[in-house]
Amino acid sequence: MLVPKLFKTKVEIEGRILEQYALVEGDELPPWDADEELGIVGYPTARVDGAERVSGDARYTADVRLPGMVYTAFVTCPHPHANILRLDVGAARGLPGVLGILTRQEVAAQVKDGSASELGGVVALRYGDELRYAGEIVAVVAANDPDVAEDAATLIAVEYEVLPHVTALEAAVKPDAPLIHPSGNIFNGAPLVTERGDCVAGFAAADVVVEQTYRTAGQSHSCLEPHGSIAYWEGDTLTLYESTQHVFGVRNIIADWLDLPQSQVRAICQYIGGGFGSKAEPDVTTLYAALLARQIRRPVQVVYTRRIEQIAGGHRSAAVMTIKLGAKRDGTLTAVEIHGLTDLGAYGAWLPDLDLPALLLYRCPNARAETTGVYTNTGTFAAFRAPGFVEGTFAIESAMDELAAALGMDPLALRRKNIPDHHQLSSKAFSNYPIEVCYAQGAQRIGWKDRAKKATVPSSAVLGSSPQRFRRGIGMANQIWGGGGGPPAYATVELNSDGTVTLRTGTQDIGTGTKTILTQVCAEELGLPLAAVRTLLGDTGAAPYAPISGGSMTVASMAPAVRAAARNARQQLLDVAAQLFDTTADTLEIHGGVIYQAAAPLASVRELMQKLGDAMISGTGSRGPNPDDARIVTSGAQFAEVEVDTLTGRVRVLRVVAAHDCGRIMNPLTFRSQIEGGIIQGIGYALTERRVIDHRLGQPLNANLGDYQLPTIADVPEIDVLRIDIPDLVANPTGAKGAGEPPIIPTAAAIANAVADAIGVRIRELPITPEKVLTALRSGTGTGRQEQ
Amino acid sequence: MAYTEEHAPRTRGPGKIELALEVNGAVHELFVEPRRTLLDALRVNLGLTGTKQVCGQGNCGACTVHIDGEPVYSCLQLAVECEGRAITTIEGLRQGGMLHPLQQAFVEHDALQCGFCTSGQIMAAVALLERIPKPTEADVIGGLSGNLCRCGAYRGIVRAVLAAAEKLQS
Repeated sequence: MLVPKLFKTKVEIEGRILEQYALVEGDELPPWDADEELGIVGYPTARVDGAERVSGDARYTADVRLPGMVYTAFVTCPHPHANILRLDVGAARGLPGVLGILTRQEVAAQVKDGSASELGGVVALRYGDELRYAGEIVAVVAANDPDVAEDAATLIAVEYEVLPHVTALEAAVKPDAPLIHPSGNIFNGAPLVTERGDCVAGFAAADVVVEQTYRTAGQSHSCLEPHGSIAYWEGDTLTLYESTQHVFGVRNIIADWLDLPQSQVRAICQYIGGGFGSKAEPDVTTLYAALLARQIRRPVQVVYTRRIEQIAGGHRSAAVMTIKLGAKRDGTLTAVEIHGLTDLGAYGAWLPDLDLPALLLYRCPNARAETTGVYTNTGTFAAFRAPGFVEGTFAIESAMDELAAALGMDPLALRRKNIPDHHQLSSKAFSNYPIEVCYAQGAQRIGWKDRAKKATVPSSAVLGSSPQRFRRGIGMANQIWGGGGGPPAYATVELNSDGTVTLRTGTQDIGTGTKTILTQVCAEELGLPLAAVRTLLGDTGAAPYAPISGGSMTVASMAPAVRAAARNARQQLLDVAAQLFDTTADTLEIHGGVIYQAAAPLASVRELMQKLGDAMISGTGSRGPNPDDARIVTSGAQFAEVEVDTLTGRVRVLRVVAAHDCGRIMNPLTFRSQIEGGIIQGIGYALTERRVIDHRLGQPLNANLGDYQLPTIADVPEIDVLRIDIPDLVANPTGAKGAGEPPIIPTAAAIANAVADAIGVRIRELPITPEKVLTALRSGTGTGRQEQ
Repeated sequence: MAYTEEHAPRTRGPGKIELALEVNGAVHELFVEPRRTLLDALRVNLGLTGTKQVCGQGNCGACTVHIDGEPVYSCLQLAVECEGRAITTIEGLRQGGMLHPLQQAFVEHDALQCGFCTSGQIMAAVALLERIPKPTEADVIGGLSGNLCRCGAYRGIVRAVLAAAEKLQS
């Protein structure tokens, strides 16, 4: 009989530490160490749901069709800041085919007052009479046809009282700016300050001090699948199909908001067309769908249009960061200071960690960070693949290169001079931190020591002159992140009567390949071939709790739980086999679906299960606690080579070498895709992506996929993904850590450093557009301004 | 699609009209308004949800289908324009129940992540290989430059298309 033990343990999600309970049954999992002979885990494995995704069979949220399902359209606010004076739905109601209308005030009236979710804010605030950004949703119309719903939405008459607005970050922070919220425009009323040591003394002791300001733009997630929900009620039970990264989050939060028992809510998402952090929680589409469906007793589909998705679907916050570094002549850092300003949009409920890269990446006893979150009359920001860390790494890694230049030191040598030996915020040891391996392998592959030393050529001499027209440069940057995951996370392994296996998990596969990896883990631990295992996920009605697929935590949280469940099932199977073959379980092994005693095959798993008839073997497992005395980190370095056309200003990324420690690589095929994907998003962030708002009118100007410029297939460089592949057994017994966020973090910084290397002028503002390059070349100073 | 006399639009509507559409070899009778896009006709009227709605404006390529073998953004076609033409969607690619070699290559070379752009990518790639059976990497990039992938699966896509081209040639 297994008695569960209760642990309290720390789990890090997106830079924040949460204390969670772990309920662990049974013995600790034996670790898969570096010598472990694995036959399935660690090998390139095609996605187990590949056929569904390439054939059109996979049902994403908006593909679900339910009998009687109705379609919806939105009424949105045209003003950046306004009060609703009057809302008239009469004409819309009268249109044939219209089945229901729901206004934001009606939503607020039906949501439990004062509700709050872990990452989000108070619901009532977002559904009142005051609207705080152009594009904010006022009402939703349901009709039997999408075109009828659109027509009806145009018949809804709204009278607004237009209020003063402010959409620019640096304007919103000024004391005389229009107020977004009655309590002011500053998040929490004051900056967040984190410090250690004594920076005043640190800068005094420095031989060289550099101080610069860096600016980054808002980056829209631009998920190809917009946010969307389908809701239907059976009696008082609510089922939601939701485009989400966390089905249990949807279930629990909606149950809370609508004052329903969790056992009466079911959330389903088996395929999602991109999330990148923007689909962490239920929100607008979920509430409108659930409440409209309850009102009209029909299934209701609510899906953002592309314009609304780009405005309200979330984005990485724009930021202004001033970094000050002090160092000795030999490069040893004596003080690190960062002042950051970040644009939270209208309802941002937390502060992205702009400061942590500066505070963590380099060993320095004196450090100070001040981060100010600012509200503006724009769509609310949302976590976007390593929120805060991408922005903050661009700043600190640019500053480190500028410090290296001031010291006359090689930029990589400066990094190597200041490698941290422990996690400086928690004072704990790193679980593993092989950054020197990443530096060495990455530098070797790009040819760092041979990068051309260019004489400083006056910029104006370079412009337009033919042999000097294309300038090449190489730059690097490193990154740190969490990605250790943790409990609670569970799995159930069922052996069917034909010897096949059903793995039940409540997790998600947001395109990362987690479904495949968990199938591999289950098959490996059970001793069965991969094809014998089918994994279920994405349905709270069919499996136990799993955490969000975000924060690079799915594999690190779920793989140990799946191993534990498979191990539990295997033990039961061997116990049964021992009884049937009159021996003891410790003499038996399972390989390739066959039970062996020493070298002799006794029976296949299939034969054994067939003997049992309908009697079932079911194993359960849960994720154990995280280590108390170590902080789980991922780390890595990227080296980028760029070519700058000094005539047009266009930057072309030629090559990126990526060396990332993410623990054991569970599936090299999907790992490579993760790294390439993160780098490509980083290239967009570095060169072309920028949310543009007309500040005078308070209007978004590029809320579409033509004017907001995502990288295309033509923008992709050579990418070398190096296999660091060192199992991190301090982190968890599978040795795996997350790989979702690490690859996007250093890319823009490496590119910016490469551009500076190419043209001899530093551009301190993203995206590095041709206009900025040409301005930098002409002025030779690279301090071009864009309005934030 | 060349504009010729035989394809000159007839005056139709307002209000719903009868329309016959040939999709994946089968003819369907629809009753739709002239403003209905081909994309909505496929997804809403015919329940063929393999073709995805992403931007509705011709900026992303996710809705790519074939009309008489040519790759077309279905969000920019009116259903009424497509009468009498052969429409092929992702659902129509299977050959004798088996995945098309391009679909198979996408799986083998991990040319997808979330999968939402995948239908459009594959339809564009099939049309490319019809036009250029032995493409260079530059041909593949040119042929697929009208299909966005936010996850960044582009390198896998290029690998898959080149591999499939080789397989189809042999």
